Amino acid sequence: MKISEKWLREWVNPNVTTDELVEQITMAGLEVDGTEGVAGEFTGVVVGEILSVEQHPDADKLRVCQVAGGEEVVQVVCGAPNARAGIKIPFATVGAKLPSDNAKGFKIKKAKLRGVESFGMLCAEKELQLSDADEGLMELAADAPVGTDLRDYLELDDTIIEVDLTPNRADCLSIAGIARDTGVLYKAEVTAPAINPVAAQIDDTLPVEIQAGADCSRYVGRVIRGVDVSRPSPLWMQEKLRRSGIRSIDAVVDVTNYVLLELGQPMHAFDLNLLEGGIRVRHAEQGEKLVLLDGQELELKAESLVIADHQKAVALAGIMGGDATAVNAETKDIFLEAAFFTPVKIAGRARNYGLHTDSSHRFERGVDYQLQVTAMERATQLLQSIVGGEVGPVIEVTSEADLPTSATIELREARIEKLLGLNIEKAEVTDMLSRLGLAVTENDQGWSVGSPSWRFDIAIEADLLEEIARIYGYNRLPVTSITADLKLKPKTETKIGLKAIRRQLVAKGYQEAVTYCFVEPKAQQLICPQDDTVPLANPISADMSVMRTSLWPGLLNTMEHNLNRQQSRVRIFESGLRFIPQANGLPQQDAMLAGAITGRREPESWSENGDVVDFYDLKGDLESVIALSGKNTDLAFAKGEHPALHPGQTAAIKQGEEIVGYIGAIHPELQKKLGFAQTIYLFEVKLSAITELELPKFTELSKFPEVRRDLAILINREIEAGAVLKTVQSVAGEDLRNLRLFDIYEGKGIDLKEKSLALGLTYQHSSRTLNEDEVNASVDRVVAELQTRFDATLRN
Amino acid sequence: MENLESLANEAREAIASATDVAALDAVRVEYLGKKGSITGLLKGLGKLSAQERPAAGAEINKVKQALQELIGERKDNLEGAAVAEKLANETIDITLPGRGEATGGLHPVTRTIERIAEFFEAIGFETVEGPEIEDDYHNFEALNIPAHHPARAMHDTFYIDETTVLRTHTSPVQVRVMEATEPPLKVICPGRVYRCDSDLTHTPMFHQVEGLLISENSSFADLKGIVEEFLRVFFEKELAVRFRPSYFPFTEPSAEVDIQCVMCNGEGCRVCSHTGWLEVMGCGMVHPRVFECSNIDTEKYTGFAFGMGVERLAMLRYGVNDLRLFFENDLRFLEQFR
Repeated sequence: MKISEKWLREWVNPNVTTDELVEQITMAGLEVDGTEGVAGEFTGVVVGEILSVEQHPDADKLRVCQVAGGEEVVQVVCGAPNARAGIKIPFATVGAKLPSDNAKGFKIKKAKLRGVESFGMLCAEKELQLSDADEGLMELAADAPVGTDLRDYLELDDTIIEVDLTPNRADCLSIAGIARDTGVLYKAEVTAPAINPVAAQIDDTLPVEIQAGADCSRYVGRVIRGVDVSRPSPLWMQEKLRRSGIRSIDAVVDVTNYVLLELGQPMHAFDLNLLEGGIRVRHAEQGEKLVLLDGQELELKAESLVIADHQKAVALAGIMGGDATAVNAETKDIFLEAAFFTPVKIAGRARNYGLHTDSSHRFERGVDYQLQVTAMERATQLLQSIVGGEVGPVIEVTSEADLPTSATIELREARIEKLLGLNIEKAEVTDMLSRLGLAVTENDQGWSVGSPSWRFDIAIEADLLEEIARIYGYNRLPVTSITADLKLKPKTETKIGLKAIRRQLVAKGYQEAVTYCFVEPKAQQLICPQDDTVPLANPISADMSVMRTSLWPGLLNTMEHNLNRQQSRVRIFESGLRFIPQANGLPQQDAMLAGAITGRREPESWSENGDVVDFYDLKGDLESVIALSGKNTDLAFAKGEHPALHPGQTAAIKQGEEIVGYIGAIHPELQKKLGFAQTIYLFEVKLSAITELELPKFTELSKFPEVRRDLAILINREIEAGAVLKTVQSVAGEDLRNLRLFDIYEGKGIDLKEKSLALGLTYQHSSRTLNEDEVNASVDRVVAELQTRFDATLRN
Repeated sequence: MENLESLANEAREAIASATDVAALDAVRVEYLGKKGSITGLLKGLGKLSAQERPAAGAEINKVKQALQELIGERKDNLEGAAVAEKLANETIDITLPGRGEATGGLHPVTRTIERIAEFFEAIGFETVEGPEIEDDYHNFEALNIPAHHPARAMHDTFYIDETTVLRTHTSPVQVRVMEATEPPLKVICPGRVYRCDSDLTHTPMFHQVEGLLISENSSFADLKGIVEEFLRVFFEKELAVRFRPSYFPFTEPSAEVDIQCVMCNGEGCRVCSHTGWLEVMGCGMVHPRVFECSNIDTEKYTGFAFGMGVERLAMLRYGVNDLRLFFENDLRFLEQFR
């Protein structure tokens, strides 16, 4: 909300500078976003009057004006379409300085325009940085005193203060509200303008019925007949509105806006003669039509609250008036409205229609429910002084049962100490709360406090603590230094943190990525066609509209980004959730670890030979991560299938029967579709499968020698080495300490269908030396089993 | 015997011109070996008279010994040279880069979260995580943000359906902790959060770390103490911190925390919009209604909560000037945080 500092100071005028004032209210919770002058820096501009206008002899769009206002009447060439005799305008005389980007300003000099001399310049609002309007000259009021300095005339030595209020402080959405808080902060007197009831001069009223009391518990109206809407609102009012960012429309609209800014009560004025029958505050009929003031036609929803006459809806209650019954140039009689709408009922309704108005902003947050009659009197007073007319009595309809009630809150002295750590004099608290307008009585425990009708945010003791803290000053409140409890929780050693896993991958040359959890549906479908997805109801864009079921779409996207930027070797990983829809309840959300590599095995260097990565590079890296948990025997790599992966180079990572992840080369088809020129290797595994750690358990070291036997066997090349190793483990006996697969050979010298595996078996006994026969017996068992199971033969 | 002198000369020359140990050994054998020519002279002593014999023998042995020494010296020389040559041949260019993998790096967001977590873990906070797709109850209702509350508009929520959202903050994790754990408790909840907003200064996903402390006697003074200490430790700097009243539905009193701008030391610059202050955290005393939702006795317990945006802190700490860089995952950006 923008307010004029001058206007605020009419209400409360502490003896401080603008900067101090702004700092103080910011620190009291009314955050000032910024301040700006109400106009640009300029000098030498006066109220001028165009006495006569002639066409420029050589330019269609220019006119030659005789202008009064300077020391003598001078000739000014002007291109504005509204330049005409009789109007008063800002006149920059020769020597004037106008605002410009240049720090020195733009100096007005005597000039010749197409051969005609010109002594000065007539200004639009934009040229004086009063607003963005530059369609034509700024037209001043007819009674503007010619020759007066414009800064004095418009009282431009003022500052616009922009306050960014939190949703709880609706009470400060007005000059009155900010003045109230300012008064408390400076212990300064707050002077409201005198608002005296305007006595009825005619008896005219309008029937008002509230049919939705829960939504609208008070409706105040008044008839004013015989107004002259052609009379403009006074300059001071227009200027105050302008400084709050509101354009002057006509006197009636200006007055309602003025009261909104001054007191915080949104109001509306109808053309009385366009209302049929009377006012009904009711819910809309589903599909009922209403054309708003801004011209847009709404098809109403049944839960919407409308102001209607006896025939039709005439306003969307608390949001915007209707077009058909609006005050217009022909209006003679008006009906003024000031109502109270229940915040929780009205909340969200404007947004339902894509609307947000000054009015809905205030009603949703809470307007003082005792303010309506006062606002009506204020508006009447202002309006009558401008447009005249005869005033009817105030019509007030209240649904008492539905009006909010003032809460009585017990505030205990002990809680101030306990929650704020503050020792404060009882009298000081009483003073603060009273100044805020709360009804305070002291008692044994502390205080009994009645919440005022304008503070919807004061309902419980904690709210009062905040008020005390706020007025006392958050920064003055005590600070205690950290005291940590020395009782520490036992620290688990059987869980390996993500921290260690990340560091392992970093040590292996991986760079961590963080990608969006919402991905492009097309990529998601290409990479994980088997998965159902969780779509967003309101995605920010189509390419971020479904929740990922795997971290691969994000990683592949990252690959693409980097490969497109002259990187050829990329090693990345990410950890995060994947989302699997469930029939009931929240989607399943598993923490995953995923990685992707491509390019050279080692960074390009004098010592590497340009080899590129393959499946085993990635598998080795993943195994090094799994090894952190000391539990790698529990996870098995089995031949697997995944739509995104090469059918011949894919492993399912299994924990028992459960598949907890996949690793493999990108499927060549997918690689082509995604436009990758090089092969990418991917893994993804559930974090929970690799974070369980077994505590190390000590076993005695054997003092006896190891015996090693090497075997070379020939088997069908389709047989997986993993199966062979598992078989050896299972039959070799308990003295086998270590088993290594130290060579694999296919090719020249052996059958095309076969491969040779070289196995190193190391035996050792814990308490004695193994004899030759024992070792031979084990080796024989192994050979025999491999022969039976895999048709393996020993290679000479 | 006149032969001895010329043989000795011959041998000396041969020794001097031997270029390696093998050649030198051949020289030794030729002159001093069992069948060597000088050894042969000893055999000729028999032809001499008994009076002449001892002197001639001594003479030969003397020459032989001298040659032996010469050979020894020459051998040492040759061996030393061989070692030197071997070492010279084995010399490498130690300025070449080492072999093997280059180290990767953590994402700056992770790095920042870890730094934040380390501080709080050191003073007894436990790190807890939770779901990112949340129900309306945990994300809003239980935090005192009922339907249509104006505060919901501040959140720009992503919806899955009417009652399911992408969490807009990590506070729902705190609700889950309060539901499951008896106070006292001290937790921090780092993680991804989502808001339907995307422009120069907003990304639809970002990270927060929120904290919650509940005990029988925690006050706003303790909250101020922890927050000030954290900011001082995080930025490794004595910096001015100020608390401003603000509004969060789940805390009362609520505060916004500003620090003296770390870019200009409070002088005023583009980063702090020339105010000298930067808003870095929100915090407050837990709202009694939040406690009530989780069945925590509001008379017995008090607590405070605080929250901060990770990217914002990372930007300030590392001088990153564009939020969006965090999620482009450009290696040229990421590698700066190795």
